[in-house]
Amino acid sequence: MSINILMPALSPTMTEGKLAKWHVKVGDAVKSGQVICEIETDKATMEVEAVDEGKVGQIVVEEGTEGVKVNAVIAVLLEEGEKEVARAAAPAAAPAAKPAAPAPAAVSAPPPKPAAASAAPAASSGGARLFASPLARRIAAEKGVDLASVKGSGPNGRIVKADVESARPGAAPAAAPAPRPAVPAAAQPVFVAPGDSRVPHTSVRKVIARRMLESKQTVPHFYLSVELEIDALLAARAAINAVTEKKGAKVSVNDMLIKACAKALRDHPDCNASWTEDEMIQYGAVDISVAVATDRGLITPIVRNADMKGLAQIATEMKDLAARAKVGKLKLEEFQGGGFTISNLGMFGVKDFAAIINPPQAMILAVGAGEERPVARKGQIVVRNVMNCTLAVDHRVVDGAMGAQFLQALRSYVEQPAAMLA
Amino acid sequence: MADTSFDIIVVGGGPGGYVAAIRAAQLGMKTAVVEREHMGGICLNWGCIPTKALLRTSEVYGLIKHAESFGLSVKDVSFDPKKIVERSRKVAGQLSNGVKGLMKKNKITVFDGTARLAGAGRLAVAMNDKSNVTLAYKNVILATGARARQLPGLESDGELVWTYKEAMVPPEFPKSLLVIGSGAIGIEFASFYRTMGAEVTVAEVLDRILPVEDAEVSAFAKRAFEKQGMKILTSATVSNLKKGANNVTATITAGGKSEQITVDRVISAVGIVGNVENLGLEGTKVKVEKTHIVIDQWGFTGEPNVYAIGDVAGPPWLAHKAMHEGVLVVEKIAGVKGVHPMKTENIPGCTYCQPQVASIGLTEAAAKAKGLQVKVGKFPFIGNGKAIALGEPEGFIKTVFDARTGELLGAHMIGAEVTELIQGYSVAKTLETTEAELMATVFPHPTLSEMMHESVLAAYGRTLHI
Repeated sequence: MSINILMPALSPTMTEGKLAKWHVKVGDAVKSGQVICEIETDKATMEVEAVDEGKVGQIVVEEGTEGVKVNAVIAVLLEEGEKEVARAAAPAAAPAAKPAAPAPAAVSAPPPKPAAASAAPAASSGGARLFASPLARRIAAEKGVDLASVKGSGPNGRIVKADVESARPGAAPAAAPAPRPAVPAAAQPVFVAPGDSRVPHTSVRKVIARRMLESKQTVPHFYLSVELEIDALLAARAAINAVTEKKGAKVSVNDMLIKACAKALRDHPDCNASWTEDEMIQYGAVDISVAVATDRGLITPIVRNADMKGLAQIATEMKDLAARAKVGKLKLEEFQGGGFTISNLGMFGVKDFAAIINPPQAMILAVGAGEERPVARKGQIVVRNVMNCTLAVDHRVVDGAMGAQFLQALRSYVEQPAAMLA
Repeated sequence: MADTSFDIIVVGGGPGGYVAAIRAAQLGMKTAVVEREHMGGICLNWGCIPTKALLRTSEVYGLIKHAESFGLSVKDVSFDPKKIVERSRKVAGQLSNGVKGLMKKNKITVFDGTARLAGAGRLAVAMNDKSNVTLAYKNVILATGARARQLPGLESDGELVWTYKEAMVPPEFPKSLLVIGSGAIGIEFASFYRTMGAEVTVAEVLDRILPVEDAEVSAFAKRAFEKQGMKILTSATVSNLKKGANNVTATITAGGKSEQITVDRVISAVGIVGNVENLGLEGTKVKVEKTHIVIDQWGFTGEPNVYAIGDVAGPPWLAHKAMHEGVLVVEKIAGVKGVHPMKTENIPGCTYCQPQVASIGLTEAAAKAKGLQVKVGKFPFIGNGKAIALGEPEGFIKTVFDARTGELLGAHMIGAEVTELIQGYSVAKTLETTEAELMATVFPHPTLSEMMHESVLAAYGRTLHI
């Protein structure tokens, strides 16, 4: 019996992914546990290991295919001694029974629906009917080309594929003053001039776009800003590193903030929560997501149970997570979940900023650069190391005062770091 | 004395040439055709049409042999090769006369002779009645067609080793037959003679039969032919033909092994070469590559006012391609607005073996080789009511779409009557429909064409009847 290798669900919410790369080819012997392919999911590239042994009989989904549905057959493994006859014989016996060919088709992205969408420009023209082939209409919709601006080369000036392909997106109607409301404002075509380039979206880029848009559109954000004095924190860090650095763990300010936020969340469990339509989910564990910039885009690996971990352990974990995040080798559970996010742009000299909440979390802390600033103390100007932090809060979960109390707790840990040991 | 000065002279009266001439006449040009043998060319006299007549005979014969399965009792079935060939010749003759009639109707002058370029605007014609005529033209279209390729050692002799031409008019049917080459011509004769009872061996040098078709079609066809008792050798070369008194012993090497088979007759169908000789091309700008005249997208050869169309101007070697080319070249010459170059991917191809094969556009492999992401749909005859009712449950229809745009990239069919079905996808491709329009099209029930719908649905995971 041949074994169908199915597109794995790498997370409960994953419905489709991109088959980024095959590590095996037809005819290769595969051992259980061997990495056979890489799948690009919401956030990272995941390696998929073989469960069974056998020989690769067929690669059903080519690498580079996007939108492969979970549980679609991506390859067929032949067991020992089995020949490829099963596949070869299939069409003769009953082509219907052959899962191979139709499968990849079925699993690819759902058919785009510009059939309706693309009809819009013609319908909206209000004036003369626009003659364009269905394929030309679809490609125009995809490229953001206004058909009214395209000169048709087909019979009787019908616009065909070649015309649209050579047209520039958003090209203004050539001397066509006809009142043709181009594409609705929402889909305002982007003007791509010569010298501009088109960069296809990666899966990660699409996910960031979708989730951030969703967050900004559906999560009622409010913002609380504080200035934290970090002289004590820096002193404590120096003291800790004097000990831990010999053991190979260098604690950063950010590591200490992870711990401080975790402790503050432990003190205010109402804030370690998510909104759902029916009820509030309060998390038992304090898991801190940390935003890491990578070439592929933003990703947020998680330090689990950060309230219970020592700083050296947090530092070690964070170093490992960040390194693997940058090369896209995080396991799914290492970046999916988390109850709270820290986004730190201090290292770039950013003084303060407001971050977008990473749903379904309720809060995100935007951390600015720590710097020496003059501060008034008891009528005296003194110099202190100060760091601006802005907390973005989902008002459905956390009210203003609750957020403020969380920040008070955070301040107490940051300004009296010894309290973190308690 | 007849007129000798023309706006357009077409050299060759095959499907490309006579259609070009008719179109030219329609556009008001004074037109002539020079034809050395018979109007309608190979297609009509020695190709497409008479073979279809033969294959119709074998189809009916095949059905009669399976009469029982239709509840019919037919006894003492036999056939007469002479009458079968007669019918085929009659069909060809009728149509050839039809073309002559069309020439007359369109006031096209036909010169029975052989033409060659003889300086700018001049054509020297050696008439079949031994006289010589010099014609003057404003534009000339070379449509001289092609002939069977002869491979060294495998040359046809007209007696024991045939080309398509002898195979079409056999004095008697061979009991055993070796067909060299499994393109459309070779496979059609293999299918015909197999159905008529001959032991048929097909030797194909490539690794699959019908090599231009989608790989799945080739594989299906091979199994279907083998089921009919045909012997198929792929990756096989025929190296030696030893002729006996009334048979031929061929040495065939396949898979590292050589074997000798002795057959009554051999059909050599190893491709064609363009008829480029004695056309007076020397000293002109007309270029010949691999026995074919090189043309641009408008059929222009590079020599002022000299055009070429059809088989002599390169592949695909299909009558309908030649006809379409003839029309577009003439229209271009006449300055008709909106003439478009031909799109090769929109030219369908048909092979009338049993089961029939028809296709258009890119194969799945070719589409992928172009780097396209594809959606592929396939629907089997066994899932179609009409196919079952006809007693033709074997075959499938496969469609290949561009996953990004929904463009129908190609369609590949094997099974009963698919040669009559493919035009639906031709129209779809020419109109640039996407899967959406094909899905929205109402296909009549019960017809084989429903499979064309189902195949499209299948490509998008929506098939209804499997």
